[in-house]
Amino acid sequence: MLAIIGTVPDQDFPLAAGEVVLVNNEIYIEGKKVSVNRGTPALLASAIKTCEVLDIPGPFGYLVGDIGHGDGSRSLYEHLTRVLGKCNYHTIAFHYLQPDADWHNRVLFAVEEMAQRPVLIADAGFMYAAKMSGRSCEYDLFTPDIGELAFLADEEAPHPFYTRGFILHEENRVPDLISRAYSHRNAARCLLVKGEKDYVADSEGIRTVVDHPSEEAMEAMGGTGDTVTGIASALIDSGMPVHDAAVAAVRANRIAGSYAKPTPATQVKEIVEHIPGALEEILHKEERISEQIRA
Amino acid sequence: MRKLAFLNNIFKQRKSEPAPEGPKVDRGILVFENTSEVIRAEGILKKKGWDIRVMGPPPEIRSGCDLIIEIPLIEELNILRTLEEVGNPPLQMVPVSSPLLQPVDLFQKKDFGRHLMIRAANMKLTIDKETQVIVNVSGGGCPDVPYLAQEMVGKSLSEAPGPREIGHTLCGYALQLAYEEMIRRC
Repeated sequence: MLAIIGTVPDQDFPLAAGEVVLVNNEIYIEGKKVSVNRGTPALLASAIKTCEVLDIPGPFGYLVGDIGHGDGSRSLYEHLTRVLGKCNYHTIAFHYLQPDADWHNRVLFAVEEMAQRPVLIADAGFMYAAKMSGRSCEYDLFTPDIGELAFLADEEAPHPFYTRGFILHEENRVPDLISRAYSHRNAARCLLVKGEKDYVADSEGIRTVVDHPSEEAMEAMGGTGDTVTGIASALIDSGMPVHDAAVAAVRANRIAGSYAKPTPATQVKEIVEHIPGALEEILHKEERISEQIRA
Repeated sequence: MRKLAFLNNIFKQRKSEPAPEGPKVDRGILVFENTSEVIRAEGILKKKGWDIRVMGPPPEIRSGCDLIIEIPLIEELNILRTLEEVGNPPLQMVPVSSPLLQPVDLFQKKDFGRHLMIRAANMKLTIDKETQVIVNVSGGGCPDVPYLAQEMVGKSLSEAPGPREIGHTLCGYALQLAYEEMIRRC
């Protein structure tokens, strides 16, 4: 089963842990609802859509309200340290949480108590905390954008806000930045770098580059990175190898984006609607190729 | 008693040994409970005309999402009094001699025709150039990013609350820089 852990932008949203369902652009957890627009709700929505296509159980969510004070995140961290060790998840995706190196380490200790080690994915604030703690290597997948990749590549920076100027986050520097992130042990086993071109890499270098279909406007849209991480998380939970899931996720996200015909003003929920169609296209194409190979 | 002996030793050393050469300590840092208090203090102190800078903390006091305020030590008492008066005092003041982390100061602009996007660090702000309405906020990983987007998207630059007013994290602060740059360009 897939667990997704993050926050929602509502100070009064209490800590909730349970199965998550998606109804008309809203996710529901323990009877409470939150709009799908960006952040962890967008990640959850895309994961749910992917699970439906794959016909596997939907994600289990751990959510709490936090608008940046960090109190919600800390209560969720504390909850995770108590419950995670007794849980049984195939995959865990950590997302928007207040970066806190100390709490991050306590959560990782709880993960180590699990009977079977899950596949660990980190994005957003939790990825920042993982890097700052010097424990990036314990993760299976990080999903940074290019700005965040520059932060991973800067061994001194505790947050993307402090990435040093000489480590420029430009598209043509991506191979160098990936190499630098691995040389300082600040990358997960697999990196999915989201940008004008999407890169899937490991410590040996770049494995796959995906650059089509291309919708320039998606760079300006909030939440498009969250949907990639959601799709990848669900594909990994279905048993797909991490590299293959990362490549399929960026392809599906690009196709879903092209179906939505976005402008820089398009909201991510319009892309979420197209994820099933995009995934069907990719999975059927792969089936056809497999059949051709068998024939 | 032990503390007194320690201080006596220091004074003895000062009498018998010349002061070691080292970096000049004329700056101090104010450490606050959280980033929101830093952002509030920065606004207050800048309005009063103090020569202060928002910077990254030294490694020994980093937790993950931190800012500090660098001040001229000579103004310490006046600055502390100002912050006490407005109910926003720091947790502590520490002299510094080593270089602090510099916040990002590079901006990237992307013109989509009708829309303009500005990026500061990991945060992107996009507006409709004709109406000056904020159409998207993206990037970032701290939990106030979805909240800032929720409160700002759909409002014009003049109507939307500034990230400095409602943001609480480094991502919020980065968005403030993008927001200021956008206002400067529009």
